[in-house]
Amino acid sequence: MTTTTKPATPVTVTLGRRPGAGALALRQGRLEITQFLRSRESVVFTMGFPIIMILIFASIFDGTIGGGVKFTQYFITGMIATGLMTVSFQNLGIWIPIERDRGVLKRYRGTPMPKWVWFAGKVIMVVAIGIAETALLLAVAVALFDLDLPGTAGKWFTFGWVAVLGVTACTLCGIAISSLARTARSGSAVVTPVALVLQFISGVFFVFTDLPTWMQQVAALFPLKWMCQGLRSVFLPESFGAQEPGGSFELGRVAVVLALWCVIGVVLCLTTFRWTTKRDG
Amino acid sequence: MDDELAISVRGLRKAYGDNVAVAGVDLDVHRGEVFALLGPNGAGKTTTVEILEGYRSRDAGEVSVLGADPAHPDQGWRSRVGIVLQGTGEFDELTVAEVIRHFSGFYPDADDPDKVIERVGLAGKAKARTHTLSGGQKRRLDVALGIIGRPELLFLDEPTTGFDPEARREFWELIRDLAAAGTTIVLTTHYLDEAEALADRVGVIAGGRLVEVAAPNRLGNRQEALATVSWRTPEGTPESAQSATPTALVADLAARYGGEVPGLTVTRPTLEDVYLTMIGHAR
Repeated sequence: MTTTTKPATPVTVTLGRRPGAGALALRQGRLEITQFLRSRESVVFTMGFPIIMILIFASIFDGTIGGGVKFTQYFITGMIATGLMTVSFQNLGIWIPIERDRGVLKRYRGTPMPKWVWFAGKVIMVVAIGIAETALLLAVAVALFDLDLPGTAGKWFTFGWVAVLGVTACTLCGIAISSLARTARSGSAVVTPVALVLQFISGVFFVFTDLPTWMQQVAALFPLKWMCQGLRSVFLPESFGAQEPGGSFELGRVAVVLALWCVIGVVLCLTTFRWTTKRDG
Repeated sequence: MDDELAISVRGLRKAYGDNVAVAGVDLDVHRGEVFALLGPNGAGKTTTVEILEGYRSRDAGEVSVLGADPAHPDQGWRSRVGIVLQGTGEFDELTVAEVIRHFSGFYPDADDPDKVIERVGLAGKAKARTHTLSGGQKRRLDVALGIIGRPELLFLDEPTTGFDPEARREFWELIRDLAAAGTTIVLTTHYLDEAEALADRVGVIAGGRLVEVAAPNRLGNRQEALATVSWRTPEGTPESAQSATPTALVADLAARYGGEVPGLTVTRPTLEDVYLTMIGHAR
């Protein structure tokens, strides 16, 4: 840059009549939720997928795995984790490239909207849809497959923090990976294989300990495995912890790995996020 | 810095790799002025305007827009600048009214959304999803989003592409209204009639350089250019002569023919003639 510039004259414009920062974020969240709910593909894909999977799995495997634990009780943890990853990682990784390609992001950048408001809108949408989708999944599993809900406040608390950390990590990674897609259509080509492979190796479709050891070790590098494991501590009896690869549910390690992915996600977002497409310069 | 200037540009340069898009542009736009940047595709219009809008970085040059450097746009500055990009930014799942209302919330002194919808001629489509709009209607929505914040300065990048002739006339009226209310307007266009109809001054850009800046009727010294006087001889042969004093020539012909001169026309170069010569030279 050899640009020479005079110092900018201070511009005094009061932003007083505009809604406050919090209100702006809530408006943005409401708009994102409206857009999501009106897009039929998103609703069917994001909300429907985990429910269809649990219907299929629970119907095929109606027996028990070791220690008198019902299949449904085991697989619900994978389906909840998958659902949370779908609503955050896949949803954002597929939709942000579309919005970037359409020029929606560029348009927002041309307004006085603070940048963070746009991100806040996405987070509000992910959280709202994630809660709705998880509640629906649990309701279906309880009604049709006799799922036992967590019985203690402590377990609900674990459920809460594992979900929050997991969704945060996946949201940040979804925003970060959105910059890999060069066009609107390539978002799903980038994100879907990643998500699918992670689901297979992280114990969503199979009992995790039945997988080859090397596969377990690869899965342990990514958040989904740890989300599943944390949720197993919520939905499975304490005694089942002994069957985990680490000999227990390792909640401390769950927290550390998910938090680490949040940090990696933030760094990736800050260094790679683009408001415009490459051809836009 | 001259307070009468909305935009001041000196020595603006921008290259994409080896491709020089803007090769040293100097430009002043006065407050309240309607300025048209006219040029063929690939001349550097959009690059120049997007640098002024704060979307693109520049390689060199001094730029001031509303007294600030657009390379570092802040919220206060953004709220004073309206932008209509080249066909972009669709919200397929939302209605016209929802989008406009939402964007009005970003500005400190936004206009009434319903009034703006009316003004751009979308009142009948307020409750329609934006993906059901025609090309021209989508453009009106773009314009609505550009003016919802009551900007002091409005950028319009090829605003009437895809409009039918009637829609263009209506759009021109809207621009004249905004200009009459004191909004400074910078538009890019490759339609000569649009530049001529709307602009106080026209900058012709070709090959990344401003070839000339002048009032539309003075472009290329049109007024001083030789006039062409054409007529027919009594035998019916077409004759024509170039003249700096066409009135004298016509009087002379009238005397020669004893009254009416058959097939008489007096023309000066049209804006199109002047423009084509200018961009031809720049290439």
